[in-house]
Amino acid sequence: MEELHDDKLKKLEEIAVKTRQLIIETLVEAGSGHSAGPLGMADIFTAFYFHILNHKPDEPDWPDRDRLVLSNGHICPVRYTSMALAGYFPVSELKTLRKINSRLQGHPHRTSLPGLETTSGPLGEGISQGIGMALAAKLDNKKYHVYCIASDGEQEEGNTWEAIMFAAKYKVNNLTLVIDRNNIQIDGFTENIMPLESLKAKYEAFNWEVLEVDGNNIRAFVDAIRQARAVFEKPTVIIAHTIPGKGVDFMENDFNWHGKSPNLEEAKIALKELRTLQGKIVSEHQ
Amino acid sequence: MLNPYLKLNPKVFDKENVQKPTRDGFGDALVELGEKNENVVVLTADLSESTRTDGFEKKFPERFFEAGVAEQNMAAVAAGLAVSGKIPFISSYATFSPGKNWETIRTTIIYNQASVKIAGHHSGVITGPDGSTHQATEDIAIVRSWPGIQILVPCDAIEAKKATIESVKFKGPSYLRFTREKTPIITTEQTSFKPVSLFWTSEVPRAVIFATGHMIYHALLAARELEKEKIEVLVANVAQIKPLDEKTILDLVKKAGKVVTVEDHQIMGGLGGAISELLAKHSPAPMEFVGLQDTFAESGKPQELMEKYKMDHKAIISAVKKVVRR
Repeated sequence: MEELHDDKLKKLEEIAVKTRQLIIETLVEAGSGHSAGPLGMADIFTAFYFHILNHKPDEPDWPDRDRLVLSNGHICPVRYTSMALAGYFPVSELKTLRKINSRLQGHPHRTSLPGLETTSGPLGEGISQGIGMALAAKLDNKKYHVYCIASDGEQEEGNTWEAIMFAAKYKVNNLTLVIDRNNIQIDGFTENIMPLESLKAKYEAFNWEVLEVDGNNIRAFVDAIRQARAVFEKPTVIIAHTIPGKGVDFMENDFNWHGKSPNLEEAKIALKELRTLQGKIVSEHQ
Repeated sequence: MLNPYLKLNPKVFDKENVQKPTRDGFGDALVELGEKNENVVVLTADLSESTRTDGFEKKFPERFFEAGVAEQNMAAVAAGLAVSGKIPFISSYATFSPGKNWETIRTTIIYNQASVKIAGHHSGVITGPDGSTHQATEDIAIVRSWPGIQILVPCDAIEAKKATIESVKFKGPSYLRFTREKTPIITTEQTSFKPVSLFWTSEVPRAVIFATGHMIYHALLAARELEKEKIEVLVANVAQIKPLDEKTILDLVKKAGKVVTVEDHQIMGGLGGAISELLAKHSPAPMEFVGLQDTFAESGKPQELMEKYKMDHKAIISAVKKVVRR
């Protein structure tokens, strides 16, 4: 992974804002889908697709590519948007999301769209699949790295902890887990639905290396990934604290936006805010 | 009479005929596959010795993964291995896998088109003293509606080895169903593996019995008894329940007119279900279903359970007599 210079960082921040705008436009067009998670994760997905991943958008099946596994498939609008912006498919195809005959299924289907690594939506299954890919890399002496993104809500799934135990047992150090710690899930705040804290202590007790980072700070996140890649004796989890709905004031930190899309009026307000944000990034770096 | 062209075991009805559990054939096949193909990997959920993956484990420790008592993770790890070019077998008792982890398999293996081979053990009431918690009697029903899956139910340990090797040739997920208890050897090394094989032939059949798994032995016993009573039947071994060999089945039904299905499984959703769906569409015929009759069984010796739950050769004879009167 190359150094993240200031000019590159500025470019990434602009891409992240563009990603948020496209997410809003895509969700309005789709008429349903999740808003808060995709907006909150736009910075991390931008960092992955435009800086961290060793990948070839024009050759999605390239055997040596890094794998990015999305466990919480419901935030796929952000993944689809990042993939489109990175060149996996035309940006115009985003408007087919959730519609008949589309490659962009409401929850990701691996064989529908080249470049998706798994089929996801039902929670708690991504870490396990990422482990399988990482074990295959070890067996084949391949150097690719597996990154898995999971939600905080899906830490409630039993399967998640089965996978965590397994990864520690087999010292799966070519896997890095990123948890989107945005504190919301569909029915409310995680700590009200099913308390997860102390998440850090739980992972440490299961023999993982734990890092915590501001998931809406691209530079900090890239640094955390670099730090995670330096750990060899065990798997690493990055608990990324994000703001759900980030960039759209009336969506931020409101669990009611977990599982719904904006209507046309709401989208107009959101897009206006995001345009202002874009202006702010430009001025900050001038 | 036993079909002379299939090179079946001539000693099948002898008292001293060898008995072996089908899980042994599975274990032998894994070792053979491991030697031939370095992409074959095996996972179990704390049931290595019992499901006969221990031979592979000893020989290829680097390709063996012990997942502990965690069937969901075992299935999804296997999915990740499969989409990365490996040929994973996952092995546990069928009530747990594909029972407990059904949705995990649906999403990460079936819909995801990951070519994982799912070995479900301790199938049927023949599992015996462990009781109904461990006797898988709905497993075929819960996997049969999955698009694109292959379902193999071998009739003896020899066919179990062939079926396991056969599953690797199938490009897609497979379900393999095995038994704990020793059952009589019916085929020989020379018998070729076919989705449907006519094990018992007759000149003027009045019914055809379709049996799957170890139940084929009881169907053959029934055919021999019925022959003495001048009721001729055909007995076909259905080793592959999906995709179903529709042509062979329809041809046999055309010849015999009436049908009895025999399986160590609930009578709904399994072999009987598959064949009745086929016949309802193409060639409706009077049918009787031998299997577990919409109930759970209990602890007991296999033979006691077969008798009590009306799944032994006497039950098959009654079913044939009933269907020929219809």
